[in-house]
Amino acid sequence: MIELTLDNLEDLARGTAFLATGGGGDPYIGKLMLKHQLEQGKTVKIISPDEIDDDTFACNVLTMGAPTVFGEKAPNGLTSYEAMKKVEEILGKKFNAIMPIEAGGVNATLPLVVGALSGLPVIDADGMGRAFPELQMVTYNVGDVDINPLVVINDFYETGVFHSRNSSSGEWLSRAVCVRMGGICQVACYPMNADQIRNTSVHNTIKLSFEIGALIQQARNDKNDPVEEIIKYMGKSNPPRVGKLLFTGKIDDLLRETVNGWTRGKMYLKSLTNQDTLLVEFQNEFSYAKLNNDKVLAMVPDLICALDSETGEPITTDGLRYGQRIKIVAVSVPPIMRSEKALKLFGPRAFGLPFDYTPIEEID
Amino acid sequence: MLRIGVDVGGTNTDAVLMDGRNVVDGFKSTTTEEPGLGIINAVSTILDKNKINTDDIQSVMIGTTQFTNAFVENKRLEQVAVVRLAYPATVSVPPCIDFSDNLRKIIGENFWIISGGYEFDGRQLGDWSTDEVVKVAKEIKSKDLKYISISCVFSPINEEQEIETCKIIQEHNPDAIITMSHRIGRVGFIERENATIMNSSLGKLADKVITSFKDALKQLNINSPFYISQNDGTLMSADIVKNYPVLTFASGPTNSMRGAGFLSKKSNAIVVDIGGTTTDFGVIKDGFPRESAIPVDIGGVRTNFRMPDLISIGLGGGSIIRNNEGKITVGPDSVGYKLDKESLIFGGKITTTSDIAVAAGDANFGDTSLVSHLDKNIITNSKNEIKKLIEDGIDRVKLNKDDVPVILVGGGSILVKGNLKGASEVLIPEHSDVANAIGASLAQAGGEIDKIYSYSEMGREQSIENAKKDAIQRALQAGAIKESINIIELEEIPLSYLPSGSVRIHAKAVGDIF
Repeated sequence: MIELTLDNLEDLARGTAFLATGGGGDPYIGKLMLKHQLEQGKTVKIISPDEIDDDTFACNVLTMGAPTVFGEKAPNGLTSYEAMKKVEEILGKKFNAIMPIEAGGVNATLPLVVGALSGLPVIDADGMGRAFPELQMVTYNVGDVDINPLVVINDFYETGVFHSRNSSSGEWLSRAVCVRMGGICQVACYPMNADQIRNTSVHNTIKLSFEIGALIQQARNDKNDPVEEIIKYMGKSNPPRVGKLLFTGKIDDLLRETVNGWTRGKMYLKSLTNQDTLLVEFQNEFSYAKLNNDKVLAMVPDLICALDSETGEPITTDGLRYGQRIKIVAVSVPPIMRSEKALKLFGPRAFGLPFDYTPIEEID
Repeated sequence: MLRIGVDVGGTNTDAVLMDGRNVVDGFKSTTTEEPGLGIINAVSTILDKNKINTDDIQSVMIGTTQFTNAFVENKRLEQVAVVRLAYPATVSVPPCIDFSDNLRKIIGENFWIISGGYEFDGRQLGDWSTDEVVKVAKEIKSKDLKYISISCVFSPINEEQEIETCKIIQEHNPDAIITMSHRIGRVGFIERENATIMNSSLGKLADKVITSFKDALKQLNINSPFYISQNDGTLMSADIVKNYPVLTFASGPTNSMRGAGFLSKKSNAIVVDIGGTTTDFGVIKDGFPRESAIPVDIGGVRTNFRMPDLISIGLGGGSIIRNNEGKITVGPDSVGYKLDKESLIFGGKITTTSDIAVAAGDANFGDTSLVSHLDKNIITNSKNEIKKLIEDGIDRVKLNKDDVPVILVGGGSILVKGNLKGASEVLIPEHSDVANAIGASLAQAGGEIDKIYSYSEMGREQSIENAKKDAIQRALQAGAIKESINIIELEEIPLSYLPSGSVRIHAKAVGDIF
């Protein structure tokens, strides 16, 4: 079990920014929400999926909408808990745990706020193992977990309930309501039992965030290279992962556009030591990295992260600027995220990319 | 047409006398406890020396770090009443949550989160009501709070609720000094509210400092209007600063960069300000410092101020030189203000960058004979290392691949000689030691707008046109001459994860005051 404290909150926020792979929204507000709860004397228990009882019944809670709106209109807080209670009411069954749907960005911290408010433990596992832009992009769908009932709620406790035909449709319908709810809303969905949690989620991602965040800070204190430390650490994480430094360079060009609410863009990096260039494309999150306009070095769902080359601070796509010195790091994802069914949901083709998935370990 | 520019820094108070676009004279003196005395000292010296009649002074511009320093040091701050118009939103993040314990103690816990605010598309959020505001106004009165901050969700889109709330609170509390968030910052609620609270906490000091400035000018028998520079290089009239001291934050580096640009006659350049312990690298674009895109922390509090985008490295005139088996390192530590005791040229035992400059014959101060023993290789290698640090800094702030003019200012500019990689030319202008005060004397008036527009309703062109018009209107209000106003910044930021065609537009207009 991990206990969230005022001392390790910063580590968590930084780690979730790393796992957000460039998207997911600024974790700043989520961090402040948690700080407020902890200062009120509330506690947050985080339990490993290995420790859960067979009668565990957990609800996924999240915020949906535009990060810019979230940054201006922080939520009421209690409403996410209320959305969860609405799901209980419909199912006639009480939850005894909370699940994050995402491991990166705002939605990695929000379930912990609900954990503090409800007193229920938060399970250290999620459906994305990183950040993704849409509700159906979860490993839960590998095991056919039902997204319904899908409850959306705003700060006025106005509630919408969807019984959608599938998770993609649930995503489509709820996002339309989200706009009318003022650009953000709170969501509760994907009720899950113990077996579903054990078999269809990405494990130990909150712990991973804490450890990455602490590692970056430690490396700075010890005057070590944070990026090097992260890569070394990945082999020792649970489960072991492969971390690779793909590129060190400076941003040479940056193109951005918005298509149907998605921030799409391209970042061109130039090496500081030779003629190499790297193209990193993003669709809210970084989707692939290509060396010298020729060879793809990493692609979704493997993690592609942009880090400040000196401080190791994760950079979101909004924070990218011409001339920045950054390091691009790729990290492998657990097997559950690489199954055929998973790749259909969030592999390269799901993002409209013209190639099939190759794991980063198989690219040299 | 004579003008006086003054820079009131933490250590030095500098003054310059300007005739139109010419620098007549500059003078450096020490900052005093009562800031007005330092001003009197610097300005009277310069006026006497040049035999200037004060009636010929057309205006005075002052740049000051007094407010930044007070906030960072948590000194001379006041209790604040925070009124937030947002309920039922935002209650998960109460005001001041990210302030240090000490700051929270000073500011107190006088918070009201009441119904109000707007949605991103301009609709009402909570139901704002006169009754609720009147109730708060009375509670503020009973608590005898004088400095009040009002922050409303999405007030950069619509300021009406803040203005109405301000009116009511003022009616009940005639002596209150009230800050509205839409006057302070852009979209990004917590950051904007933080800055509004900071501003209110500086209310009393602002009154004191501005009064001290005014008295100083009166004593100097200068009756012309005076202005204070903002962090973006534009000016505010002194009476406005009384209410918005927070807008002076970081005006120091801005003034120094603008001054450097002016002295070198370049509107696009990189400014390298080499001080005693650090070197700042910044970019001037179209005559204005490039702003930082990431949130800026001041005294540990996150804000979304317009701040110059600077890189600082540990290189200055006091940086320590070390010789590790032939490999020379420079800094990042420095002997700092003890240069005149600890460096070799002043009889000390530590080799500093200044010693190298003197030994190499690039500068002449201290006792040259005390560095005559230095090995030629060490001198050459140290100079190369210093040059490399500066060239690397230049490369890090460059806007694109092209070589650009590089302007060296500050006392440490003696450390480099000759051409620099990435520089089309290297300039060390005259009077660069008082670049701050010169920058203050040059500032213009500006206005900006940061709102969310719906392209699906208004169309892109009309939205941009409206944003520009509003920015120009604000520049006019700030005192800019209509014919000289230009749009210098225009930025479109689409709202991601939302299929509504909403785009945030940030536009800034500036113009000359004279």
